[in-house]
Amino acid sequence: MHRQQELVLEDVREAALRPLKPSGRTFWLLAAVLALLAVWGLVAYGVQIVGGLGAAGYSDQGFWGIYEANLVAFIAVSYGGALVSAILRLTHAGWRAPITRLAEATALFSLLVGMSFALVHLGRPDQVWRLVVSPQLSSPIVWDFIVVVTYLLATAIFLYLPLVPDLAVVRDRLSVKGGWRWRCYDFMALGWRGLPEQRRTLAQGVKAVAIVIIPLAVAVHSVLSWAFSLTGRPGWHSTIFAPYFVVAALYAGVATVILVVAGFRKGYNLQSHIELKHFRYLSYIMISLDLLYLYFTFAELLTEGYVMNEETVPVLSSLLLGQYAPFFWLFVLGGGFVPLLLVAIPRTRNVSGIVVAAALVVGAMWLKRVLIVVPVAAEPLIAGPWGTFHITWIPVAITVAAAAAIPLMLMLFFKVCPILSIDEMEEVAAEKESHNAAAWYKASAKLEEGSIVQ
Amino acid sequence: MQQETSHGRRHVTRRQLLQSFALAGLGVVLGGPPLASRTSAEVASATHQWAFVVDLRRCDGCEKCTQACQQTHFLGKDQTWIKVYKMTNSEGQAYTMPRLCMHCENPPCQRVCPVGATYRNSEGVVLVDQSICIGCRTCMAACPYEARYFNWGDPIPAPTGIGPTMPEFPVPQRKGTVGKCILCVHNTREGKLPACVQACTMDALYIGDIVVDAAANSRQTVKLSQLLRENDAVRFREQLGTRPRVWYIPGHGQKLDF
Repeated sequence: MHRQQELVLEDVREAALRPLKPSGRTFWLLAAVLALLAVWGLVAYGVQIVGGLGAAGYSDQGFWGIYEANLVAFIAVSYGGALVSAILRLTHAGWRAPITRLAEATALFSLLVGMSFALVHLGRPDQVWRLVVSPQLSSPIVWDFIVVVTYLLATAIFLYLPLVPDLAVVRDRLSVKGGWRWRCYDFMALGWRGLPEQRRTLAQGVKAVAIVIIPLAVAVHSVLSWAFSLTGRPGWHSTIFAPYFVVAALYAGVATVILVVAGFRKGYNLQSHIELKHFRYLSYIMISLDLLYLYFTFAELLTEGYVMNEETVPVLSSLLLGQYAPFFWLFVLGGGFVPLLLVAIPRTRNVSGIVVAAALVVGAMWLKRVLIVVPVAAEPLIAGPWGTFHITWIPVAITVAAAAAIPLMLMLFFKVCPILSIDEMEEVAAEKESHNAAAWYKASAKLEEGSIVQ
Repeated sequence: MQQETSHGRRHVTRRQLLQSFALAGLGVVLGGPPLASRTSAEVASATHQWAFVVDLRRCDGCEKCTQACQQTHFLGKDQTWIKVYKMTNSEGQAYTMPRLCMHCENPPCQRVCPVGATYRNSEGVVLVDQSICIGCRTCMAACPYEARYFNWGDPIPAPTGIGPTMPEFPVPQRKGTVGKCILCVHNTREGKLPACVQACTMDALYIGDIVVDAAANSRQTVKLSQLLRENDAVRFREQLGTRPRVWYIPGHGQKLDF
């Protein structure tokens, strides 16, 4: 390994470990604000426990609303990890290396937050243990529980495994040998010494989880969709729901990865490792999913609407023309076409433009989930007026708290773990190096042969 | 069985791991059903199989049935376990339609409940065990008749001496759980009429028993099968496959958009 490469790798390590150094006032101020928002959400939940779900805005003609939408939306966000880390890893896309740690961590924390909404939306959360002890296997909610917990396990493992060699780096660089910190990191690093057989085991493990996490991810959002589409309600009872939800999750997930990467890149000055090209590539993935999602939406609406079936017309017309129309078309514009344009037009295809596009996508996709849940629940099935979801401060506080908890957890996580996947970046750099070396040797051999002129 | 590596650490082989997963999975599958809470596996009673008949020719929309039900079960104003809808059919005719729980033989609500809180008893009545219900409201989403109501806040307290809450007499209601018409099983098991049937001054509501082949309103008892056959009784939205136990007798020449 020559000098230049060593310098580069030292640069990677320094950058990856930068957040572990004592942080300044800005950091702690931001963390405090986020923590305050999270606590406000907990307080709101307490009020909800005492007052009942009615205090959160629910009613018989609006029996499902923001919490159910949040459940879908926040779990969806975790798909960025599966996509960026797993799929790009399996396809040997080397450019992924500086962002996998951020993506995997975002996946875990957003999944945890998303799962909490499964608890928050229950009328009797104290009885949730029955799901474990006496589940009724015919219920899509039970399938939900099983798949999501399995996915959580896989996501946690997927974050942890590539972290092991990095934890060894932290142990060796930032802790005094024998001290309590050293012992903690050593324990978590599972005795990593970088030996060939350990590398082999790690590589096999990571590859196995990467392969398994993809069908798991598909399963999770399919099952989540079935909690709606297996109820037979007009507007939910659609065969497209499972793939629709999966695509939506991938779309919102990639957008969230863009936001997280942009935020931490700015906060820790990682510009030399996370470049414009990373944002560009992520944005290409994002708009591919954008187009796919628009296609699914169109196919769904066309199929439900063309036949003018009495059952499905009311919800459809409320979405396209009626009381929910302003929100629906806002979603189409803000979540569909504007991000597309921002990425397509070269002038706006820079980091700021891409970040704005991603922010629009995340917001619009959250809105879309609310539009999936609320109108259908509000529609009268027999006769009478439409219901609604009466938004109160409680679901607002809890939603904001959830959104704040994710960056907060990430900030705290990177105070103890490297923000860049050092080992992976070295691995990718080595691959590139040997690829370049092979190419160089080939070229110089051809030169000697005389087949190319210098 | 565990192997030692050169570092003196034992590790589990891939085969062992996969075997333990398979065992765990098998355990869940085998242990699950016995542990699962009561389902509709109760043996069908040979004494009673309850049904209900609504004679739309007689209903005048007075809502005394709703009030009686709410009084009997100490329900809030919004908890209309029997609800009288003001309908207009496709030919412009107005009529009133009382809707209660259909006590389906193939209830979608029972199928989707994650903890088996909703069940069908041996006499065909669909009940909710509010001590088991976790309040997820998937059953409310699944019911095509919007017959279920949730306790969104503190329920109306029952007077002393009543309780504890049982599926057959869920008074007082439990906060954070689902409630619905129980066909007044607490009355029928003592040979008494459901509250709504007693209260109906138009004799429009009948409690029926398929086994005995009888239907009784507040004034008289008739033969159930004859009542249904002679009056072209229909069931609401039966094309959904729910097999409801509630029959509706349409008015003369009246079109029901069922």
